[in-house]
Parts: sequence; C-alpha cells; structure tokens
Amino acid sequence: MRNTSFFSRTLLTAAACLFSLGAQAQEPIKVGVLHSLSGTMAISETTLKDTVLMMVEQQNAKGGVLGRPLEAVVVDPASDWPLFAERTRQLLSQDNVDVIFGAWTSVSRKAMLPVLEELNGLLFYPVQYEGEESSKNIFYTGAAPNQQAIPAVDYLMNDLGIERWVLAGTDYVYPRTTNRILEAYLKAQGVADEDIMINYTPFSHSDWQSIVSDISRFGSAGKATAVVSTINGDANVPFYRELGNQGISSLDIPVIAFSVGEEELSGIDARPLVGHMAAWNYFQSVDTDANAEFIAQWHDFIGSTGRVTNDPMEATYIGFNMWVKAVEKAGTTDVDAVEQAMIGIETPNLSGGMAVMNKNHHLSKPVLIGEIQSDGQFQVVWETDGLVPGDAWSDYLEGSKDLISDWTPPIRCGNYNTVTETCSGQTTDF
Amino acid sequence: MRTLLLLICCFVLPMAAAQQAPESPQASSSTNDTALPSLLLELTEANFRRMPSLVTEIEEVGGRTVLPLLTALQDGELYYQPGNRELVVRQESGGGRITVSDVFTGDVMDGIDTESLERVPINNRLRAVLQATIARILLFQGTDAEREQAARTMLSDLDEDNLAVLNEAIANEQVASVADMINVALAMNVLVTDAPQPERLAAVATLHGNLQGPVRNLLRSFLDDLGRNEQDPEVRAAMVSAMASIERKVRFYQLMEQAFYGLSLGSVLLLAAIGLAVTFGVMGVINMAHGEMLMLGAYTTYVVQLLMPEFINYSLWVAIPAAFMVSGLVGMFIQRFVIRYLNGRPLETLLATFGISLILQQAVRTIFSPLNRRVVSPDWMSGAWDINPVLSLTNNRLFILLFSIIVFVILLWILKKTSLGLQVRAVSQNRDMAKAMGIRTDWVDAMTFGLGSGIAGIAGVALSQLTNVGPNLGQDYIIDSFMVVVFGGVGNLWGTLVGAFSLGLANKFMEPMTGAVLAKIITLVFIILFIQVRPKGLFPQKGRAAE
Amino acid sequence: MSQLASIWGELRRGSNTITLFVVVLFAATVLASLSNLLLPESSALHVSTYTITLLGKYLCYAMLALAVDVIWGYCGILSLGHGAFFALGGYAMGMYLMRQIGDRGVYGNPDLPDFMVFLNWDSLPWYWFGMDQFWFAMLMVGLVPGLLALVFGWLAFRSRVTGVYLSIITQALTYALMLAFFRNEMGFGGNNGLTDFKEIAGFDLSADNTRIGLFVITAMVLGVVFVTSQLIMRSRLGRVLVSIRDSEARARFLGYRTDHFKVWLFVYSALIAALAGALYVPQVGIINPGEFSPVNSIEIVVWVAVGGRGTLYGAVVGAILVSYAKTRFTSLVPESWIFMLGALFVFVTIFLPKGLAGLLKRRLQRDDNGDSNGSTETTTGEARA
Repeated sequence: MRNTSFFSRTLLTAAACLFSLGAQAQEPIKVGVLHSLSGTMAISETTLKDTVLMMVEQQNAKGGVLGRPLEAVVVDPASDWPLFAERTRQLLSQDNVDVIFGAWTSVSRKAMLPVLEELNGLLFYPVQYEGEESSKNIFYTGAAPNQQAIPAVDYLMNDLGIERWVLAGTDYVYPRTTNRILEAYLKAQGVADEDIMINYTPFSHSDWQSIVSDISRFGSAGKATAVVSTINGDANVPFYRELGNQGISSLDIPVIAFSVGEEELSGIDARPLVGHMAAWNYFQSVDTDANAEFIAQWHDFIGSTGRVTNDPMEATYIGFNMWVKAVEKAGTTDVDAVEQAMIGIETPNLSGGMAVMNKNHHLSKPVLIGEIQSDGQFQVVWETDGLVPGDAWSDYLEGSKDLISDWTPPIRCGNYNTVTETCSGQTTDF
Repeated sequence: MRTLLLLICCFVLPMAAAQQAPESPQASSSTNDTALPSLLLELTEANFRRMPSLVTEIEEVGGRTVLPLLTALQDGELYYQPGNRELVVRQESGGGRITVSDVFTGDVMDGIDTESLERVPINNRLRAVLQATIARILLFQGTDAEREQAARTMLSDLDEDNLAVLNEAIANEQVASVADMINVALAMNVLVTDAPQPERLAAVATLHGNLQGPVRNLLRSFLDDLGRNEQDPEVRAAMVSAMASIERKVRFYQLMEQAFYGLSLGSVLLLAAIGLAVTFGVMGVINMAHGEMLMLGAYTTYVVQLLMPEFINYSLWVAIPAAFMVSGLVGMFIQRFVIRYLNGRPLETLLATFGISLILQQAVRTIFSPLNRRVVSPDWMSGAWDINPVLSLTNNRLFILLFSIIVFVILLWILKKTSLGLQVRAVSQNRDMAKAMGIRTDWVDAMTFGLGSGIAGIAGVALSQLTNVGPNLGQDYIIDSFMVVVFGGVGNLWGTLVGAFSLGLANKFMEPMTGAVLAKIITLVFIILFIQVRPKGLFPQKGRAAE
Repeated sequence: MSQLASIWGELRRGSNTITLFVVVLFAATVLASLSNLLLPESSALHVSTYTITLLGKYLCYAMLALAVDVIWGYCGILSLGHGAFFALGGYAMGMYLMRQIGDRGVYGNPDLPDFMVFLNWDSLPWYWFGMDQFWFAMLMVGLVPGLLALVFGWLAFRSRVTGVYLSIITQALTYALMLAFFRNEMGFGGNNGLTDFKEIAGFDLSADNTRIGLFVITAMVLGVVFVTSQLIMRSRLGRVLVSIRDSEARARFLGYRTDHFKVWLFVYSALIAALAGALYVPQVGIINPGEFSPVNSIEIVVWVAVGGRGTLYGAVVGAILVSYAKTRFTSLVPESWIFMLGALFVFVTIFLPKGLAGLLKRRLQRDDNGDSNGSTETTTGEARA
C-alpha cells in the first residue's frame, strides 16, 4: 500500500520534472503553509493559514512572482510538536516548497528549526515571541520582547505612575523569558524586590480565585499596581472573569496583556474587561487606508464581516509582502539569495509607516498600546514615536547581553558574541 | 499624576465656585448657561491630554447637574451626532437593541441614525478623574449605598478638595453607615495633619479594627521606621493595638475566603463528576465522552443565548432544561447504539466512548468553529457579595455552589425515592435478578445513562459561566471527574460529594504554599496512593454485588 | 544464539509467526536502507530520508504498541499511562543528546543547555549529572521507567487494584507527570522540552547515514523485543499470564502469586516502552511534555485494539497502519481525520473485538478448516505450543 502510493507519487514528480524542463516560466512557486488546523492551536492558527491563502490569491491576481504563479501547499501539523518537524521535512524534501509560512508557539518553531537548518529552508514566523534566537533560515516578523513588553512597561511607569508590578504568565518559555527580562528591566529602573510579584499558572488554567485575590491583596498596599500578563490563550477568559467578579476594574489594577488580541476577545464578553490594555504592533481599529483595505479584503475572502483581524495577521502580511519583494529583487527563489535580499527590504505596515527587515532577521515596527472597548476592539491610547528595531538577544539577560545577531558579511552569525568576538555553535559556512 | 491634574484645576478655578456650586446647583447651572455648551462642544473634539481637565471644568461650571453626562461618559455610552455635534446617550440592550436618549433629561430621541453616531473616546486616566468627580457629586445626591461608596472612594485620595466635600457632607448626613465612612476618612486626615495628641488618640480609636485598605496602609506607614514613623509612644501603642486587631480580623477572613474558594472548586468538581457518578458509579460504564456531555451543555447555553438575545437574564433558566435534554438524548443515543453492545466489557466501552468523545469534539469544531464561543453572564451572576472590605464572595461562585448542592439533592431524591431510582439500583446490584423480577433492564440502562449525561449537561451550563466554551472544555474536566468518583467510592453519591469538596478544599489550602500546579500534582499523587490503600475509595459499596 | 536456536525450533514445529515477522521486518529494513543509500535520488525506487525517518518513527510506535499488548493482550492489564514510560525513556535519551551539544549551543555555554542559560540557572541540577555519558544515559533509559513501573506496579497489584480502576490511576499517573514536566522549575525545558540535538555517540544526527543507522537499530531492537516477548508468551510463564487474564482469582487459588507475575510483566512492558522512547527521540528530534498527554496513551491502546490484542504481530501492524493513516489523512483531509479516528475506535471495539489479526485468523481458520479449534481467546501460537 505504502509502496504503490509512494511509487506513483515519485512517478508523478518525475513526470512533472520532465514537463517543467520545457515550461520553466509557468512552473509555480510553491509556498508552504504550516499552521495547525486541528488540535488545541487550531483556534489561533487557522486564521493565519487563511491569511496566507488570501495573500497568495491576491499575488496571483497581480500576476504572481517573477512571472510564475504561486501555489500554496497546506499541511496540518495538528498542534503536535514533533509533527511540526516531520511536516517541515515533508514540505522541504518531498513537496520542494520555496518558502514556508507557519508556526505559532515557540516550541513548534524550535521543533522546526533543526530541520530548516539541515535542509536550508526558509520560514516566516509571524507571532510575538521571547527572542533569544536568530536563525539564518528564519525571519521573525512578530514582536521581540523589546517591541512589546518593554514599551508597555515604560508606558505604565511613566504615564500611569505604576509602582508595583504583578508579572503573571502561563508557565512556558515565552512568559518565563519575558518576565525575566522585565524583572531585570524593572530593577534597573529602581523597583524594589518586594514590589514585584511573579506568578505562573499552567496552560488553560481555569480556577483563578486564589491568584486574583492574591493580586488584589498585593495591589492594596497603597501603591499604584498593574498586572503585566503573559497569560496564554484559553486561560484568559476565566482570569478576566474572575477579575471582574472580584470587583477589580482597570482603575484599581490595570492589566496589560501581550497575548490578548481581537481574535481572543471575539470569544468572550468584553464588557468586564473594558479599560484593560494590550500592547501590540497592530490593532484592527487603527485608522489607516491600508488597514481599511486589508480588513475589507479579509472580510471578502473569508465571507463574513464578523471576523476580526489581529497582530499575527499583520505580521503574516508584512512577511509575505517582504518575501515577494525579496524574491523579485533576487530574481530567484533560491533560499540563500532571498535571505540576503531580505535584509533592508521595506514594506508598508498596516498601522502606518514602513516596516524594515533588519540584519538580525527581526523587523523594525511601531509599538501601540490599546485599551479594550466593550465591543472587543482596542482603542489606541499610546504609540511609540518611531519604529522600534526588534532585538534578537535581550540586553537585560545575563546570558545574552553580549550577543548580537548580524546576517550580513563579515559577521554572518545569529549569535555573535561582541566581547569574545566569536560566533558560537551555529557555524554556518558559505 | 491624577492629583496633580486636580490641583492644576483647583488653581485655575476659584475655590469659591466649587463650594458654592453644591448649595444651589440649579442657580449655578443657570448662571453658567453660556459656558457649559462650549465645554460640551469641546468634549467632542478634545484629545486625551485635554479631557481630564475638561471634565473638571465641566463639573465646576455645571455643578451637580452634569452627573448623567459624566456617568454616560464613564460607561462609554456618550456619543455625539457628527453634524451638529450634539451629545446623546446611546445604550445597547443585551439583544443589540439601541436606544438614543437626551443626556440631561433622559428622554428617548427618535429618528436618529444610530450608525452614524460617533463615540466620545475614553481612557483609563479619564476614568479615574471621572470616578473621583462622580464620587464628589454622589456624596450628596446618591442613594445610601452610593454615598457610602463615594466616601470609600475618597479614602485613598484625601486632598483638600475631597476633604472640603467630606466636611460638608458630614454635617447633613443622617445615615449611620455613611457617616461612619466619612468619619473614618476624617480620622485618617487627623492623623496625617499635625493634630494634638488627644485628637490623634481619638482618631486611632475610630480606626481600630477597620478593615478598609487605605486605613491599613496608613497605620502601617506610621509604624514603619522608613515611613511616617509615629514618635509619640502613647499614640504609637494605640496604633499597634489597632493594627493588631485589624491583622487578626484579616487573617480570619482570609481563612474564610480560602475555605470558600475550596468549596467553590469542590462544587465545580462535584458538578463535573456527579453525572459520572451515575454512569460509572451506578452502571459501571466508563464513559470517556462524559466531558463532551459537559461541553454539549455549555454549547446549549450558547445557542439558547443566541436564540433569546433580549432576555439574557433568563437565558440560564431555559438553558438548564435544554441542556439536560440535549446531553441526555445524546447520552441515550450513545447507550443504545454503542454501549449496549459492549455490555460487561468495561475496557472496550472505555475505548469506544473515547472515540465518541473525539467525534463529538470535532463535530462541535465543524459546526461552531474551533474558536471559543461567547457566553454572557446574566447580571445577577456577576459582581460580588461584599461582606467586608477583605472578604467578598463572588456571586457566580456562590450560585454555582448552591446549584451544585441542589442538583445533588435532586439526583439523590431520584435515585432513592422514585421508581426509576429503585429500578436503577436493582439493576446495578443484580442485573439478572432484576430482569427476573420483570424490570426492563434495557430501558433502565438507557434511562440511567440519559440521566447521568443530562446532569452532565446541566453542569455544562454552570461551567459556561466560569470558563471557556470551546471544543476542549470537556477534556479539561474528564480526568478530574474520574478522580473524584474513584476517590469517593464508586456507586456512592455521598462519596462523590465528600470526595469533590475535600479535594477542592485540599487543593485550595495547598495552593498558597505550593502554587496551583504543584497542588494539583500532589492531589493526583495522593489519590493514586490512596487507591492503592483503599482500592474501593472512601465509601466502598458493601456486599457481593460490588465485587 | 539460544534465541536463534529456539526460532529454528519453533519453525520446525510448524509455527511461522515469528519467522514470518522477522523475515518481513528484516527484508523491509534492508530494502528501504539500501534503496536510500545506493539508488540515486532521481530513481523511481529511491526511498527518501524523509520516508526513512517516518518509518523509523512507525517502528518506535510499533514497539510501544507491543509493550501495551504484552500486558493488555496477555495479562488483561489495560494501562492508559504507557505514554509515561515512553516519554521518560525519551527524556533520558533527550538529556544525553542535550549534553552532547556541549558548547555548540547558541550561548556557547559548555556546561548548561541553552534553556537553562536563558532562564538564569547557574549550575546543572543534580539529576543531569552523568547524562553526558552514553552508557549512563542508556542505564537511565531503563532504570527510571523501570523503577517507576516497579513501585507503581507493586503498590497497585499488591492491593489488587484491577480493571478500570487501574486504567484510571495509570491515566492519573501520566497526567501528573505531564503537569510536572510542563513546569519549568523541573529543569527539563518545560513546554519546549529538549530539542536542537546535534549528534549521538559522535555521529552527526542530520547525516543520512546516521538516520539509516538509527532506523536499522530500531528495526533490530523491535525484532529482538518481538522474539523475546513471543518466547515469553509461549513459555510456561506466558500460560500463567493468560490464566491470570482469564481468571485471576482461579490462578491465585491454584497457588500462583499473581501479583508478582503482574508486577514483573508490568516492568518488562515499561522497559520496552522506554526503549521505544529512547529510539524515538533522536529520530524525531524533539521530546516535550506533550508525549505524556493521556490522549497519546489512549491512542496506543487503539493501535493494539485495531491490530488485534493478544497477538504481538497484530499490535505491530496496528501501530504502523494507524500511524500511517494518520500521516496520510492529516495531510489530505485534516478536518475529517478526527472523525475517522473516532469512528475507527467505535467500529473496532464493536465489530472487530479481536482486531485485524482476529479477522485474519478467522479467514485462515476457515481456509484450513480448523486444525486447532482452541478457544478464541488464545493466539495461534499458544494454541499450538
């Protein structure tokens, strides 16, 4: 059974190869889409798959790239981390895709990374993450901690006069790292130990009674207190509900979240959350022409005006447009050429201005802070003056403060130590 | 920052106006007839920087008549018509019905294009200013509870402005609870200012045992060497004793609070497990799709709310019987078409029902999308019962605790007092004998399974008020439910009750020391070990039938 | 050698299960490996490294299914927590591979794995010591799951926890372990688990040869485990186990310490699972707490049920078939795969209580007109032994 299907597939590929010799110009460029369509992460990732498909459709309507049409190859890693590695290998070695848009959780990206480096693939990763990574084969179009967490804390400290901090997160690597960075940052700003409370809860934690009452007790010490929340996905609804029920409003203890966007709010009654905040690089409510057009296209594509847009969608949008530009600049889909062409590429943000791809494979983007409204949308209350360049290696962590990432010659290294002037580990020869 | 803004406003505007305004609100608003409209017009175009001072100016000029305007602004219901920039209040009822009314008179205005209305934006800083402003007005105009709340709001912000208002209010205040609250505020002020010793002692006596957060913080700062550091030994001693009495009370109430949290978690476990206690405990069927019965109940609530958007407050009363029917029927369907063929093979039943649970989850994903669905809490379930400043029990938890006990009692009654219950018990104890006595065991099996599943559906309605309504809802509770039933003793409803509440309490009393995850792990390990010692649980079923 | 002799012995006595299995496994392994190594990539018969890795994974699953079948099919112990032993074995291997990275991690720290560096651990926790030695790590692969199985089994079987109770507490065990491993304080990398491995015992993990080597080793280990298990089940010991499955009380009254038999069989099964886990990790390239999830463990049971419990080859075939179907259908029709899997559960339990092996056997018996009419509960091998 296995052999026949395998055999026939190989035959087909061989035939396709023969055919393509004659018709080079028409051969489609393959775009891999590796987002979970089933399992726990399907909630968030299905939207991104649709976003990529929409972008591919639009690009084809514009005549494709390099005169060749784009063809999306969608596979489902089913929220199973080892499957992310397996499916990456499948996309790169069986389907021969030229680029992959995919992954959401850090662990899925970490699972893909060795395969990407081994088979020299190209991944655009569209979600905000903890940083501390820079691979030659990955472009990070989501926010690094310094593009989300640090500006958010600055805003709370300077504009709202917050003196006491609760760092609450789900127990996995993104909150752990972000909170480490924030803790170091807050202490550097002169916040005392006893004014920082750190709390971790498991995934989809649902019983928040004790923790919320701890937070409320912590916040009743006479100093302005805020919660910096890296609580993930499912656990947010019961958390905010408990806050509302225990009578903690955004005036008493404001919560600023890094993982709560329009999509997450569409599943809950947002009224008790009004006034709590989120920090992102994009909100659906941002009033620009590009955004209005994008939202209209999205509603048209998905066939429902009720669907919202969110930050990872914008990151996908930017990543896709950058890749198209880079391929056109390089004149080929060859990974090494595209990788070099990517650096310095500029494309418009949906939130205004231009996003720039930096030498460390991270973007420069504006940072916005929005307050939740009763309709589940955000009202922008603050934004950075200019673009904030993403920092792959945090300056506030002991292990990474000397590291930088620079993929241009002569350094060409994702983790270059500026003190010892060496590139450890990932020695990639060219 | 907030106080700074207030101070600026006080500086800009003469104090006299502020003090005169409250006495004759009608007069003051008439004298300022010209100023107010221009301020209101500015409200529609001001940015966030200007807004706080603008609100204060409106209060100064308009006096207490602007209360409806300010509350509408605070609730985010203040809109303006883009053409003439006239302010209106736009309210949305649960069903999406929109009413537009006049800001000051409250009269409903017809013939306004609700879509074109623009909202007056609001942010947190503005909300804070509004809260303080509204409190100052409510202290005179509000109901008893509102006045007390207004005074409490001022405890943490005793600036000159607020003190003046408080002093004025105490003169006319008739209600004791409100007067007490104002006196606490005034006593706090006495301590902060350099009053003579007897006055200070009297103030400390007023604060003795008071649980308000600002009081505690103030006393703590007097006892702190780095803080205000009270020098007078007599006053200090009084403060120490006042603080000690406060701390004692706080500790006691915290213990109460923990116990409530434990009971509340227990009630959730009880609700999740009680249906399983019927299907697994009484019938001996391992139903891995039990969690999905909970899920179906929660989704039924969602559908019911979709169908009756105008009556969200009553939706739960419709959802409870509906969920019972939906989950019960699905349960009976599963029993008739799958479990019946696996009679006496519990392990196979386990696998088959797990397959069913996968199918149900995916069905929900296909029908309702994998996203979580929005289930609204009715008004009577939100909020909390404030017993005192340190102990408040949230309404939804209270109702669910009560609800779980009611469900338990009803189930117990069905099993003990009805003929169905008699037959169920007969079949569970000796199937063949029951058959010989003329009981239709097939029918009883289906009914029992339907009953257990239906109860799970009802539990799902309750869970929809606490957690996410999504395809994974059932998975989050299935293992806990099994633990409760096994721990309590299979086939014994009382065991399930005791098991659920003791696990809930144990978890919550461990949590402060160990954190949520470790508490859960410890509980699991404890149950695993407990089963080794007492394989039949806390309350084993007696007799041969249980073997 | 004695095993080999006994295989020949079995062969002479007319039993062909073992031989057939070993021959098929051997032939498939050799063919797949050779066609990957020798044939050019353009050839139609070339087996890609992707396929080899996939096959290696299936073989690990097959071994895991075998572990469950040994206790469930032959002794009636339904464990819903065997994923725990698999994952523990995997973690032991993962820790070794993690230490092999050495100073090639992104932070270049020679002592600490990357995740410890960025979570500010200052030194290696005690349970990581020695894991940089291959022999020690291999010892731990067996020792940790083995000890856990011993303690758990001893406690459970001594107090006669049986049937569904045992299933539920095994599920609780793996669930508790999952929660524990998700905690970052545990020092196993939390949710991210262990990944980005470089080499195993000096061989580069990304090289095709290493992948083939791992695949061949997995096939060999599976073969050895299969033969050993089959021999155990055909021995006197095996018959005692079956009697425990069919009526534990009667076996006890006959004077057998049934709890001892069960404990040791449980440990044996856990060791197989752990071995499978250890072989799985280097091929898949990641181990994380998701492997502990109760759903995974139930899936293993389904492989066995589909293949046919009580027949070792059935478990192996079931695991490979279902896993292959999963790979195919989650690519082709991701939305409907769960429906198909769920329906498969229901269908197999109701209509195929003996699984595919039972179906095959019925067909064979009909063809043979039944030279052995032994009880349907026993396998072909046992009926003839």
